Amino acid sequence: MLDCLSGAPDGAPRSLYGAEFTVDLNDLALRSALGADPRALRSRSLLIHTRDALSAAVALVELDGAARRIVLCPPGIAPDYLPAIATTAEVDGVLCGAEDTLAGLEGLPKIVIDPATLAKPRAPRADAVPTEWILLTSGTSGVPKLVVHTLGTLAGAIASTGPLAGPLVWSTFYDIRRYGGLQILLRALIGGGSLVLTDASEAIDEFLARAARAGVTHITGTPSHWRRALMGSAVHGLAPRYARMSGEIADQAIIDRLRACYPRARVAHAFASTEAGVGFEVDDGLEGFPQELVGRAGTAIELKVEQDTLRIRSPRTGLRYLGAGAAPLQDEDGFVDTGDVVELRGGRYYFVGRRGGIINVGGLKVHPEEVEAVINRHPQVRMSLVKARKNPITGSLVVAEVVPVSGLPERPLGAGAEHLKTEILDLCRAALAPYKVPASIRIVSAIDVTPSGKLTRVEA
Amino acid sequence: MSIRSTILTQVEQVANEQNRKLATLTDDVVLMDTGLDSLCFAILVARLEDALGFDPFSSADDTNYPVTMGDFIKFYEDAAQ
Repeated sequence: MLDCLSGAPDGAPRSLYGAEFTVDLNDLALRSALGADPRALRSRSLLIHTRDALSAAVALVELDGAARRIVLCPPGIAPDYLPAIATTAEVDGVLCGAEDTLAGLEGLPKIVIDPATLAKPRAPRADAVPTEWILLTSGTSGVPKLVVHTLGTLAGAIASTGPLAGPLVWSTFYDIRRYGGLQILLRALIGGGSLVLTDASEAIDEFLARAARAGVTHITGTPSHWRRALMGSAVHGLAPRYARMSGEIADQAIIDRLRACYPRARVAHAFASTEAGVGFEVDDGLEGFPQELVGRAGTAIELKVEQDTLRIRSPRTGLRYLGAGAAPLQDEDGFVDTGDVVELRGGRYYFVGRRGGIINVGGLKVHPEEVEAVINRHPQVRMSLVKARKNPITGSLVVAEVVPVSGLPERPLGAGAEHLKTEILDLCRAALAPYKVPASIRIVSAIDVTPSGKLTRVEA
Repeated sequence: MSIRSTILTQVEQVANEQNRKLATLTDDVVLMDTGLDSLCFAILVARLEDALGFDPFSSADDTNYPVTMGDFIKFYEDAAQ
């Protein structure tokens, strides 16, 4: 990856913009931030466990081609999981900051990475080793699964996009230590651009203001990231040429709102996951995706729908899960089951929810996402979360929480809130079967989003 | 508001929301003949839990579920004791 650093299409300077400081990519091509000789790392399996995203980004550049295996720790990972992850991935060293303490990893040697001081001139590199990139899934419970990728599988979608003209400044709400964010880091590095990195401690409007100052041209996040961003004002300070959503279902309301916010941008939604890789991108302004994408033969990315879920076979999927006794990542034919339930209507496939997330109302199945999509159509609704409420008659009932556009109403039980609830229920009754209509709606000031930018769902 | 009137108010509200035509709510009317289906009852029980603070269906020791409207009201009144 080091080879990608020097030279932008128009010779402009290229940078990785962190929250606290900036790394010049031309500098990084010449000098190292690594507290070890990369030539001594060829047989090592190294865990990247840094406090900030910028250090992790620099570590990836330093270690690709230098180490046998790199394991990328997302921020906020429970220290309890680290020993198991380290054992499974045969980790024999940790990349971290000089001051970092390594709870759960005390026995492992520490290699310091300090992007603030690109001190050492780069030694000539030995032949590159093929590096395994290990990404952690963002499961809701239990030890994350370890998915094996290579730079080839991760960058598959980038080569096919090709370089774009003009200065490229990428940004993403995702942390680059997760699949969605890593895609954007690689796009910036391989495609000849710069990147504005998020920082977990930074408010969303501060991050967007920083992105605006850097002149961001391309920006990505989950629909939940965007719904939150659209609650603030800094989102209007950007003028991107491209804005993309992935990681959750992009419903028609959020597509329309993002297009209205950035009328000059190409607004797209993409299907991607840590396991299945980047599947496809849709930019026709409509939710779902054209039926023609499924079942095409002779293409690099093959999609099929089996037992209602989308399956993907492509050179971009993860290779396998790491660990003895791990389940196969692909079926016998090489397809990855995404677990995302789709429905064909009028020549288009629509995402209806996750296979594991169904609410059972007296034997009838409800995907929370299909109800949220209807609620989100109301112009006064910014975000919604639909979940199950236990019930002695039907087992479960559907209930909803809603964040209104203007934030918390002054009096939650005021007439405005009651009026909004009534309108939302009317909308739901017109569009959904009675058992899918929320039995109650709560107006709230915020809805929890996971560190990976998705709505926090409790398994129904 | 008494438990009886809370229940009757909620029954009417749920029936109204679900576009159900209610039978005359005497104590003798069998629940299945009130005009409410099981989804309506599920919603009713959830609403009553919010309004009264308890759900006798989840906490009842005996499994003698109410059959008539009068049973239903008494079921709640007994649970409140």
